[in-house]
Amino acid sequence: MMFSFPDEVLEHVFSFIQSDKDRNSVSMVCKSWYEIERWCRRKVFVGNCYSVSPRMVIRRFPEFRSIELKGKPHFADFNLVPDGWGGYVFPWIAEMAGAFPWLEEIKLKRMVVTDESLELIAKSFKNFKVLVLSSCEGFSTDGLAAIAASCKNLKELDLRDCEVDDLSGHWLSHFPDTVSLVSLNISCLGSDEVSFSALERLVGRCTNLRTLRLNRAVPLDKIANILRRAPHLVEFGTGTYAADLRPDVYSDLAGAFSSCKELKSLSGFWDLVPAYLPAIYPACSKLTSLNLSYATIQSPDLIKLLSQCPNLQRLLVLDYIEDSGLEALASTCKDLQELRVFPSDPFGAEPNVSLTERGLVAVSSGCPKLQSVLYFCRRMSNEALVTIAKNCPNFTRFRLCIIEPRTADYLTLEPLDVGFGAIVQYCKDLQRLSLSGLLTDRVFEYIGTYAKKLEMLSVAFAGDSDLGLHHVLSGCESLRKLEIRDCPFGDKALLANAAKLDTMRSLWMSSCAVSFGACKLLGQKMPRLNVEVIDERGPPDSRPESCPVDKLYIYRTVAGPRFDMPPFVWTMEDDPSLQLS
Amino acid sequence: MEGSVAYDSDLNLKATELRLGLPGTHEEQQAVSNVRNNKRPCVENETAPPPKAQIVGWPPVRSYRKNNSQPVYIKVSMDGAPYLRKIDLKVYSGYPELLQAIENMFKFTIGEYSEREGYKGSDYAPTYEDKDGDWMLVGDVPWEMFTTSCKRLRIMKGSEARGLGCGV
Repeated sequence: MMFSFPDEVLEHVFSFIQSDKDRNSVSMVCKSWYEIERWCRRKVFVGNCYSVSPRMVIRRFPEFRSIELKGKPHFADFNLVPDGWGGYVFPWIAEMAGAFPWLEEIKLKRMVVTDESLELIAKSFKNFKVLVLSSCEGFSTDGLAAIAASCKNLKELDLRDCEVDDLSGHWLSHFPDTVSLVSLNISCLGSDEVSFSALERLVGRCTNLRTLRLNRAVPLDKIANILRRAPHLVEFGTGTYAADLRPDVYSDLAGAFSSCKELKSLSGFWDLVPAYLPAIYPACSKLTSLNLSYATIQSPDLIKLLSQCPNLQRLLVLDYIEDSGLEALASTCKDLQELRVFPSDPFGAEPNVSLTERGLVAVSSGCPKLQSVLYFCRRMSNEALVTIAKNCPNFTRFRLCIIEPRTADYLTLEPLDVGFGAIVQYCKDLQRLSLSGLLTDRVFEYIGTYAKKLEMLSVAFAGDSDLGLHHVLSGCESLRKLEIRDCPFGDKALLANAAKLDTMRSLWMSSCAVSFGACKLLGQKMPRLNVEVIDERGPPDSRPESCPVDKLYIYRTVAGPRFDMPPFVWTMEDDPSLQLS
Repeated sequence: MEGSVAYDSDLNLKATELRLGLPGTHEEQQAVSNVRNNKRPCVENETAPPPKAQIVGWPPVRSYRKNNSQPVYIKVSMDGAPYLRKIDLKVYSGYPELLQAIENMFKFTIGEYSEREGYKGSDYAPTYEDKDGDWMLVGDVPWEMFTTSCKRLRIMKGSEARGLGCGV
């Protein structure tokens, strides 16, 4: 006879379990735990907005306060998903507006958010507190004005990396006097008419403001006033960090930075003028995160700056840092956990800076806590990759982009299979991997064999045959997201591993060799998958079945096919007679 | 491989397509047919990379990061307008945004672009002077290639415009 606690006790115990994964596990223990858990789940995470319908979510979790939704596939970030593909949030807002007015938090990534959606949020949720829009688009400052005006309890407004139609800076004035924001990120806004006085007043009355990320339009000489009104800021993003050097502006700025004793994270720095950089030195010793990826700051100035930041854990920077700067980083920032080096001239045929594999090797050697890397460079060797792998067995994320596709090991002219093989072999906790360079099916054999914790894999211009794809689909036990472009992977591996797709969130394949016939077959056989063919050339059935499709997006779903597709997307139909049970 | 042969003989819908999309995206199909034939690039060429066609979405850099460098101001003239304007090409992420901005600036409408027929449906054609000093029709080359080679823009009007790219 099972000893059981009263529901309230279990509910109390469950309240300590916050992670989504754990909550899901709890709900599968038994029917009564499922029931108790669903009534007390306060945060819902939906990794693919089309995997489930809003109604199903509301039905199962009637009391949630916070929802996080993701829409478009990751490759949408690089313009591979045509406009109009989907990812509309409005249906979700509409369902939630009707169902319960006590929603507090909405977090969206890669979704299309219209002004209409924002207005509906503003109207429907009286206790609305947190709006985080990450890489979203489709709205304007009019929608923001509605949020500002109506959400009296708003604490967080974060528009990171969004594309906003910037009609007017006056939306900021719509915030009531009583609002007390904790976090405001408007770094994506373009408008030249940000109302500085409205901004200053807003910052001044939000006494709990801890995060403020300004947009490029805010000039350097306005920063000091803003900082003085928010001395407790923990995270700050400047606007344009350039102006003619004036001693009064400089000392004002330096004074303002030193008065913010709690600053841990800095960003912004568009068009940075090195003369003004020392103004941030007072804050450097406490900095844990620094985003200089918009700053055209050259290596010598960077080295001077980084030598002041011994506690740095996270650095985003352009490749102007060069190998010499990375070597300096490796010697001064021993706590570094995350490094992202972006290309200053991504489309140039020739290297414009001296940044090679040496820089990454130096950091891997000098920074024992390094876990997460995004590195754009123009050359790599297996030897370097093996060294890096051995230096950093704790990598969780390793994304290497060698700018020219199919670039071989520059020393041996061989493929980089062995190098990436070492990464997956030594880094047993690797969760995310992006490949580049010249790669054969061999690298996928290594990945399938060793990358048992890998959850997300990005592949471009790699492999020789279906065998490559087969290795990954059959070997990577933890795989959730796979995105592939321009690889010779076709029908065989996909159809042979169809069942694997039920265990993953999604698969993206573009410019590969998957035929329309195979897509149809997959759609027919797999009832719990949406197999979407995206093809701007016209209907796939106007071409022979053996013809490869342009783009393919497959995801598991319990909501069936969607009905908001544009004319260039087709969902392959289920055929119950063909399903193998 | 059967696939690429079938592709070559399909209805060539592109040429008759009227759209203001990213031209040059079809070039990547050539790269793909190489891939399907399992061709590997000549490794000896590593030291002297040939000029490459721009590949859509590669390298994988977000579009807001591409606006890092200093603004690129170019003059925009329109036939019949009393004075020229200047715009920063870096601000736009593609042809649709650029052409919309120019339409707004000079208060007129550009027609629909097609590879075969240029801009149909209006008296105007957007042209630009490239690095070689030649006057080119806006929209033929990939966007990134355009922004690096465009020196100035000229909106041509009337018969001069209709002469460009049309069989008429």
